[in-house]
Amino acid sequence: MATFTVNGENRSFDGDPGTPLLWYLRDEAGLTGTKYGCGQGVCGACTIHLDGVAVRSCVTTVEMADGKAVTTIEGLHPEGDHPVQKAWRELSVPQCGFCQSGQIMQAASLLAENQAPSDDEITQEMSGNLCRCGCYQRIHAAVRLAAGGV
Amino acid sequence: MLHYLKKEAEKAERKAAPAFIENVSRRGFVGGALAASGLVLAVHIPGASAREKLTPYPTGGADMPHGYGSASDPHVFVSIKPDGSVTILAHRAEMGTGVRTSLPMVVADEMEADWSRVSIEQAVGDEPLYGNQDTDGSRSMRHYIQPMRECGAAMRQMLEQAAATKWGVDASRVRAKAHKVVQLDDAGNETGETLGFGDLAEAAMALPVPARETLLFKTPDEFTYMRKGETKITDLHDITTGKAIYGADIRLPGMKYAVMIRPAVLGEKLKSFDPAAALKVPGVEAVHEIEGFHEAPRKFAPLGGVAVVANSTFAALKGREALTVAWEPSADHAGYNTDAFFEEMSETSKKPGKVIRDQGDVDAAFANAKTVFSEEYRCQHLNQAAMEPLVAVARVADGKCEVWAPVQSPYGAREDLAKALELPIENVTVHMTLLGGGFGRKSKWDFMIEAALISRKVGGAPVLLQWTREDDMHHSFYHTVSVERIEMAFDDAGKVTGFRHRTVAPSIVSTFAPDSGYQFNIEYGMGFVNTPFEVPNVRCENGQAFAHTRIGWLRSVSNIPRAFAVQSAVAEAAHLMGRDHRDFLLELIGSDRILDVKALGYPEDFWHYGDPYESFPVDTARLKHVINVATEKAGWGKELPKGQALGLAAHLAWHNYVATVVHVDVKADGTITVPHAVTAMDCGFYVNPERIRSQVEGAAVMGMSHALYSGITFKNGAVEQSNYYDYEIARMSNFPKVVDVVLVDPQPGRNAAGVGEPGLPPFAPALANAVFAATGKRLRMMPMGEKVA
Repeated sequence: MATFTVNGENRSFDGDPGTPLLWYLRDEAGLTGTKYGCGQGVCGACTIHLDGVAVRSCVTTVEMADGKAVTTIEGLHPEGDHPVQKAWRELSVPQCGFCQSGQIMQAASLLAENQAPSDDEITQEMSGNLCRCGCYQRIHAAVRLAAGGV
Repeated sequence: MLHYLKKEAEKAERKAAPAFIENVSRRGFVGGALAASGLVLAVHIPGASAREKLTPYPTGGADMPHGYGSASDPHVFVSIKPDGSVTILAHRAEMGTGVRTSLPMVVADEMEADWSRVSIEQAVGDEPLYGNQDTDGSRSMRHYIQPMRECGAAMRQMLEQAAATKWGVDASRVRAKAHKVVQLDDAGNETGETLGFGDLAEAAMALPVPARETLLFKTPDEFTYMRKGETKITDLHDITTGKAIYGADIRLPGMKYAVMIRPAVLGEKLKSFDPAAALKVPGVEAVHEIEGFHEAPRKFAPLGGVAVVANSTFAALKGREALTVAWEPSADHAGYNTDAFFEEMSETSKKPGKVIRDQGDVDAAFANAKTVFSEEYRCQHLNQAAMEPLVAVARVADGKCEVWAPVQSPYGAREDLAKALELPIENVTVHMTLLGGGFGRKSKWDFMIEAALISRKVGGAPVLLQWTREDDMHHSFYHTVSVERIEMAFDDAGKVTGFRHRTVAPSIVSTFAPDSGYQFNIEYGMGFVNTPFEVPNVRCENGQAFAHTRIGWLRSVSNIPRAFAVQSAVAEAAHLMGRDHRDFLLELIGSDRILDVKALGYPEDFWHYGDPYESFPVDTARLKHVINVATEKAGWGKELPKGQALGLAAHLAWHNYVATVVHVDVKADGTITVPHAVTAMDCGFYVNPERIRSQVEGAAVMGMSHALYSGITFKNGAVEQSNYYDYEIARMSNFPKVVDVVLVDPQPGRNAAGVGEPGLPPFAPALANAVFAATGKRLRMMPMGEKVA
């Protein structure tokens, strides 16, 4: 049995401890904001926070979350007004939007660690998150904009 | 179970053409200069600024399946509650273009609604009611701007009429304005009397829809939302908070989760399978064979295979891993190797092919040439690879079928679901969720039929069928593989006297009809027969190539290889002749003129993106203009440090004139980077410049993906790539850092072109031309690789 918190609520899971958090969150907890994109940790669509740090939930098992705090896009800010979310809206970043939960969680983690990232640091931190619509120019600008407000 | 497809295949054989081709406009084109219709007459209303009558111009939207339906009817598309809140239907699929915002915004603007009081409702698949819903081919705005403006204008006039009746005044004494109707006095001044839309809703909706010829439209200077680019997409808050609902986010009581295993090679059939180990996996509830359809043409039929149904996605995946499955080999396609196929296509391209366009005497031009240029350009297969893998939720019970899916063609899917399940179509409902990208793959509904078949196998429980990324890579409808050969003959004065283009590529037709090895008019119309060069002798030939996988369409389709080939060849020929590339390209396009396509020897069945030629005549001045705008903005001719250069390409597609300049910086280790790109676009009338810019920025990134990274290869009939680690797309670590988009101001009479796709084709050749200018290395294969050797 793994016990952890999800967006501040206590949770436990006694199923297969090898279950990726992605599928636990989506199929068990009903939190569908975290997206499945590749299942191999190479696209970033499923990015969540484990104790505040961005991880790929498709390759992070429930067992690995034992005793830790899981934060998903739904729990990033109670009103959805985290500076990163606001910056995303200000610059109209999304096109299809599917990758954006992961992008936002990655950016929020980056800014929690480094409140004034350089352009290269933003590029490096965000390069694991794919966007097929090609919103990178605005994503980069939105991280920069949010950095002023974190 | 899938015998309906057999019937369709027989039908297709008789007609030798897929159903959707039948729906394409085949009306003859009108030669010579013919200005399109447009703004004709301004009508002044006392005390108010102008409204105008607009003469409608025909588009191919009327010839699409079910035409426009009731798209101009406010009774269908608009509802107003007594509290004044307005709901507008969005009938096209939202996959990132912003259409779910842009089309309702057109209605809201014309009817004078306050956008903050408008909510959007997604329509179900019902083309007889809403009009065609095939959200591809850059058609949504191109075909629906007019009906949506009509819908909004009609609603406004109905509200005004209702107010006039209530007040007992003439209709000229009222005017809709910002969600209410105001009363005017004799002098046209507001009297202070107003009625809100909510107060008028019931009476207005009881009125008949005004005739088209009585409608008055807002003049562009009166637009509140259109053309401003200030309206945020309607799903923006939900997307940034994880609340937006995509295909896999549907949750129904008692829903099961399923995955499937499918044959790796086209034509392989299930021989046997052993479900025992899979059924032992905790959570796995059932394992079923899902019948496929194995005779070409397969259209969008399921490939067949085995489904594992479980109480969670992860259990289903574990169950699939435990399955033992054996396949009967494919007689026709197990020998498909793309490396060898390229060599065959190359040989074919060196010989004369089927002549599709013939103008002047090309043979004489080449025989008398002083200099001849000849090169071939290759493109690998591509996969759409939208971030959201295919997924559908289906419930087939009690003689009814209900499906929720990220689908570009909800009504086509509904028709095929009805046939596959042998249900009357009224018993089938298709809900469109948001699409996590589409790019053409989600126009094909095989995954929805699979989900429905699985639901039926498990007794009608709702089933979420999830495709994995690997499934998406292995079982797509791929963008074709191609060789394009471009040849030019130069006379003593260095003028181009002959232009020959040979295209060799498996055709999309093979998915719908028996494969002749030849392409068809839609593929010929995408930058093959219609290269707008002023050259006296032109021949376009098509060499045979047979399909060994399911060929589909991907954003901008055949324009990808054509723009790459033609625009690379022009730069190469310019270099060969010692000419500046821009000057040479402008000279090839030649004089300012409206093309007389009949005189130019275009084929009788020339496909002009399904639209009547006279509504979108080709104007070379517009193409030259965007070339000048893009090159000037980018600083064409400026000195750049070693390893850096500009490259240019221009392409006309979906009636949209696009020129792109790519600035490359080739690093010391050979890595190709793009610090800057400029795209100038003349798309005619437009309503949402902000979403045009976002799509052009995105097209640059996708263009870079195709140019450098992405390629699907086949070995022994099977796809060699499996996920984003070996089918790479551009990441933030290397993408066009700054993309400037310059939109040409809309001019009267220039009708709304398609926008979603045309930004893509020029990027790769512009990049290749820049790499050559920077390094002297010419890249003639897409993908080219990230590094110049």
